[in-house]
Amino acid sequence: MEVFLQTLVAGILKGGLYGLIGIGMTLIMGVMGIINLAHGQLMMVGMYITFVCFHYLGIDPYFALLVSMPALFLLGVAIQKYTLNPLIEVESILPENQVLMTVGIGMVLTEVARFIFSSDYKSVQTSYSSSSFFIGEISFSLALTIAFFIAVAFTLFMFWFLLRTDLGRSIRATAQDKDAALLMGVNAQRITILTFGIGSALVAAAGTLLMPIYYLFPDIGGPFTRKAFVITILGGLGSTVGAIFGGLTLGLAEAFGATYIGMAFDDMIGLVIFILVLIFLPSGFKRITKV
Amino acid sequence: MKRFAPFLLLVILILFPLLVRDDYHQHLMILVLMWVVIGAGWNVIAGYTGQVSFGDAAFFGTGAYTAGLFATKLSISPWWAMAAGGVAAMAVAFPFGWICFRLRGAYFALATLALNEVMRHIATIWEDLTGGMVGILIIQTFVSKVPYYYIALALAVAAVIGVQAVMGSKWGYYFVSIREDQDAAESLGIDTHLYKMISLNIAAFLTGMAGSLYMNYMGFIDPEVVFSLHDISIMAILVGIVGGVGTVYGPVVGAFIMVAVHEFFRTGFFGFFKGLAALTGSQAITTLAKYVMQAHVLGFGILVVVVILVLPNGIVGDWKKITGWLPLGGGRRSAA
Repeated sequence: MEVFLQTLVAGILKGGLYGLIGIGMTLIMGVMGIINLAHGQLMMVGMYITFVCFHYLGIDPYFALLVSMPALFLLGVAIQKYTLNPLIEVESILPENQVLMTVGIGMVLTEVARFIFSSDYKSVQTSYSSSSFFIGEISFSLALTIAFFIAVAFTLFMFWFLLRTDLGRSIRATAQDKDAALLMGVNAQRITILTFGIGSALVAAAGTLLMPIYYLFPDIGGPFTRKAFVITILGGLGSTVGAIFGGLTLGLAEAFGATYIGMAFDDMIGLVIFILVLIFLPSGFKRITKV
Repeated sequence: MKRFAPFLLLVILILFPLLVRDDYHQHLMILVLMWVVIGAGWNVIAGYTGQVSFGDAAFFGTGAYTAGLFATKLSISPWWAMAAGGVAAMAVAFPFGWICFRLRGAYFALATLALNEVMRHIATIWEDLTGGMVGILIIQTFVSKVPYYYIALALAVAAVIGVQAVMGSKWGYYFVSIREDQDAAESLGIDTHLYKMISLNIAAFLTGMAGSLYMNYMGFIDPEVVFSLHDISIMAILVGIVGGVGTVYGPVVGAFIMVAVHEFFRTGFFGFFKGLAALTGSQAITTLAKYVMQAHVLGFGILVVVVILVLPNGIVGDWKKITGWLPLGGGRRSAA
């Protein structure tokens, strides 16, 4: 029972961060209609920024959010503006050009990181990295718990932003129907650029929050890109609420898989869920929650 | 002239091992021919049918492992696996396509990516069968590279001719109609699910054969090599898009360019940096050379970005655009 509860807690805490990754992906998905296969790589860039802030400037990872998020926002804006948007006008046989482009961008980001930081494993060791506290018999990793609550705060903020602000409404309108949004006076091009920026900033936040308890190397982006699309498929493509559920489900599944099946299957569990969802629940949790 | 170009190319390719005798260049040409086969397969499913696959390595690795397991577990000559590898890859493609062709566009692409990863994990974890990370080592049949070269050439020629024949048939028109508008194709009475399956299985068969050839030729495989996302799946996409999506000779051009680019980086611009370092004796250039030699993935990434932006239909597909840029292009600037 203790093991079960402990696994449950670990899964939920991890799931909160996964939700944050998923929301960024699903926003981009909704507005652009494409899967961003550089998502994990953007997170990797955010993590390296955190690493540099901590290691060379002595900034605490949680304050490094103030650096990594704006930086990734700008990077995302630049990527969307200069590489993805021009493709809309390009005449081409394959409609998936934009997806292929994100693959190319992901490769470039990974290799540039390898150039600068080499392939070595890096980590950020803070005073609270390995400290934990207990509630009853269950231990909570301090850093992961803080990360979870910050992630929840960001998630709530995103909901407020999407539901209550003009910009958020424009983003949702563009996601629902681009042409109609254009006719209603929404500058859809500007919205796509902003959305990619916001999505990148969110995933950077997730990366920064993970940094105190995780390790970092250039190829870390690939696994996280896969996780991000498992989350979005789980939640139902383009659904923000679904992304949170998807994130929690993946977090829980990974935690339980690692405890009860074996650590070696960590990566594979997500993929198996992904395929099961495709077979039995093709529109993800969206079908159940209707949001 | 244009009509005879393929025959001229074929004659050159047949004579190649007689003219160029060193192992290194023959090795590169074998790789080029192998990539022609994989590129041709990718082109059928992605270029003609419009279902972009990110998971060619799943089929490639299945073919390679089939050959390897033939030799190690069944003690049958791995050459029999040339056909069996293709069939094994189809055995992977069939259930996969059955399930995942309900997905469209980018979602299908993602599913292929997942297939790639799942296959790699299976090959790594199932140690009793595959030997896990240790991989499979077999003794090559020939010492000389020439027999391999001609086998690869035969396979590549068969692949190109086969793809051309399929695309000229009714199937080919169905494939293209699915790419252009799946709903319209469906409403015209084309069983899109069936024809997407056929297209995927052709691609899987060709890629699996190439995988078996790789096993026979290299004599060593492990999961990280043959199920590699970057070195196989992405490379297959690059061969397809650099050469020209949906063109018969695109994979030929693409394979040649991609192997050349790969080699260009791997050898440090064909030894340019090493020579420069030796000449100047500068430590910085030696370090730089080391970096450049590891940078082929970066080169690929930049190539993807540039090709998609500038030549979205590849070199063969956008040939008119390229000749338009050249001052000697007869002044025929394309309107675009």
